[in-house]
Amino acid sequence: MRREAPQKLGDYGPLFFPAMMLIVFFVVPFATMIAVSFFQRQQGGFYVPAFVFSNYERFLSLFFANVLGFSLMLAITVAICCVLLAVPFTYLLTRMARKVQIVWLVALLSVLSLSEVIIGFAWSTLFSRTAGITNLLVMMGVMSEAKALLPSFGAVLTGMVYQAFPYTVLVLYPALVRLDPTLTEAARTLGASPIRAFFTVVVPALRNTITATLIMVFIFALGSYLLPQLLGRPQHWTLSVLITDQAIYQSNMPFAAAMAVFLVLVTLGLVALTVMAGRKGEAA
Amino acid sequence: MTGALSKVYFFLIGVFLALPMIVVAGVSVNEKQTLAFPPKGFSLSWYGEIFLNPEWRNALFASLTLAILSAAVAVAIALPLAWFLWRRIAPWANIFQLLGIAPFTLPPVITALGLLTFWATTGFYGQPWTAVVSHAIFFVTLPLVTLSLGFTAIDRSLVEAAATMGADDRTIFRTVVLPLILPYIVSGYAFAFVLSLNEYIVAYMTVGFTMETLPIKIFNALRYGYTPTMASVTILFVATAAVIFSLVARFGDLPKLLGAMSSDDT
Repeated sequence: MRREAPQKLGDYGPLFFPAMMLIVFFVVPFATMIAVSFFQRQQGGFYVPAFVFSNYERFLSLFFANVLGFSLMLAITVAICCVLLAVPFTYLLTRMARKVQIVWLVALLSVLSLSEVIIGFAWSTLFSRTAGITNLLVMMGVMSEAKALLPSFGAVLTGMVYQAFPYTVLVLYPALVRLDPTLTEAARTLGASPIRAFFTVVVPALRNTITATLIMVFIFALGSYLLPQLLGRPQHWTLSVLITDQAIYQSNMPFAAAMAVFLVLVTLGLVALTVMAGRKGEAA
Repeated sequence: MTGALSKVYFFLIGVFLALPMIVVAGVSVNEKQTLAFPPKGFSLSWYGEIFLNPEWRNALFASLTLAILSAAVAVAIALPLAWFLWRRIAPWANIFQLLGIAPFTLPPVITALGLLTFWATTGFYGQPWTAVVSHAIFFVTLPLVTLSLGFTAIDRSLVEAAATMGADDRTIFRTVVLPLILPYIVSGYAFAFVLSLNEYIVAYMTVGFTMETLPIKIFNALRYGYTPTMASVTILFVATAAVIFSLVARFGDLPKLLGAMSSDDT
């Protein structure tokens, strides 16, 4: 049966339920959030319909600029670390036997599906004084005394790289698995070492994929909201943490909504960049 | 990057991925309520605690119910949509595909906040069923992606043969399409189920004050100090995820689901 345009109204039937659900429970809530971002906040956590820009004006402060700057810097660092680790890893993984690949994929999916709460708890245990990695170092005689490694920037960064690494591998996997193996074979036949072939043939061939992956991991890292709280100090809080904090603990929904709208705009801008990078890749 | 070097690299990545879980597993078998590694004594009582302590047991049941129902709703949204996009030429309907992928692509706090303002405005805030709908929308991306992939894998000549023999859409769907698409339905359901089980922010923002799911319970417990039950719950979660994804890999084609070519043509 060929695909055909819908003939009569009844043909649209199957679309009804999904369309209704997505419009009512995604488009409408999204619109509600945008509307609330213009509402006027009142004492006691309530807000009334209005059309004010005061929630957006609060962005123009040094504090907010710092949080935004830190969020972007952290997300970029996480994205770079993950891509540096994941590109060689995924490349080697796709060259392995299918059975070995499946074991690794199951492990990566299991880590990826872990709650941020659990990742945060696991790393805070690992970095703690009483049960942490320093105890192992003491046992091996490398360190003289166990100590806590958190809260610190390093702990936040490690936790976030841990969370985003499986995601990075799974984003890279389809492109790398389809990479023509004759490319590297040709380089090898011409006398390049495997490492040289990787950097001179594989990496350039994947330039657009790597750019797109960097942006996707960046967006993923931008969404991290618990790890900075669990592993870092208040100065390590990101925009996502601030939004949660304003919405739940400060009961300032309009300001939280305004920050969320801003975060959407940043994200959408980056998605547009990803799509453009992808287009260029197809043309090349 | 020959043999030895790549083995070392894979070993180091493996250690990085496994280390937190090893420490947590060690902590979870401590005999007393202490955060110690290597563990002092050995006891599995903290695993029993998940089922015996009413607070943890309720959280476990809340999480399981939420995951079972929301994954079902997510599949119910994704299946007709993916089928329609495969069966019909209707370019404007692709907007719904985009809407289905958006909640998962945007930072989760945005979807969570949107749903929070929505439920608060409509007056349903805090009702348990709102969490089911919220999770279904948040995770609809997963069955939608696996099902779209599954439909493109169907050989259209099979469907055409059925149509020539006089079968209508309904019969074709039941007798030809459904059996072919079933593995993708199951894996889409499995992905949505595992992620819903682990999800924190959307659940917290929609029903956080009236209901405790396991991730919410762990986070609340973390703020009041430490109990080894958190560690045993963590290990339970990792094990559940690993078992479910292994089953998906056993009965489906995992590399293909994740975007590789099918095993036949490699």
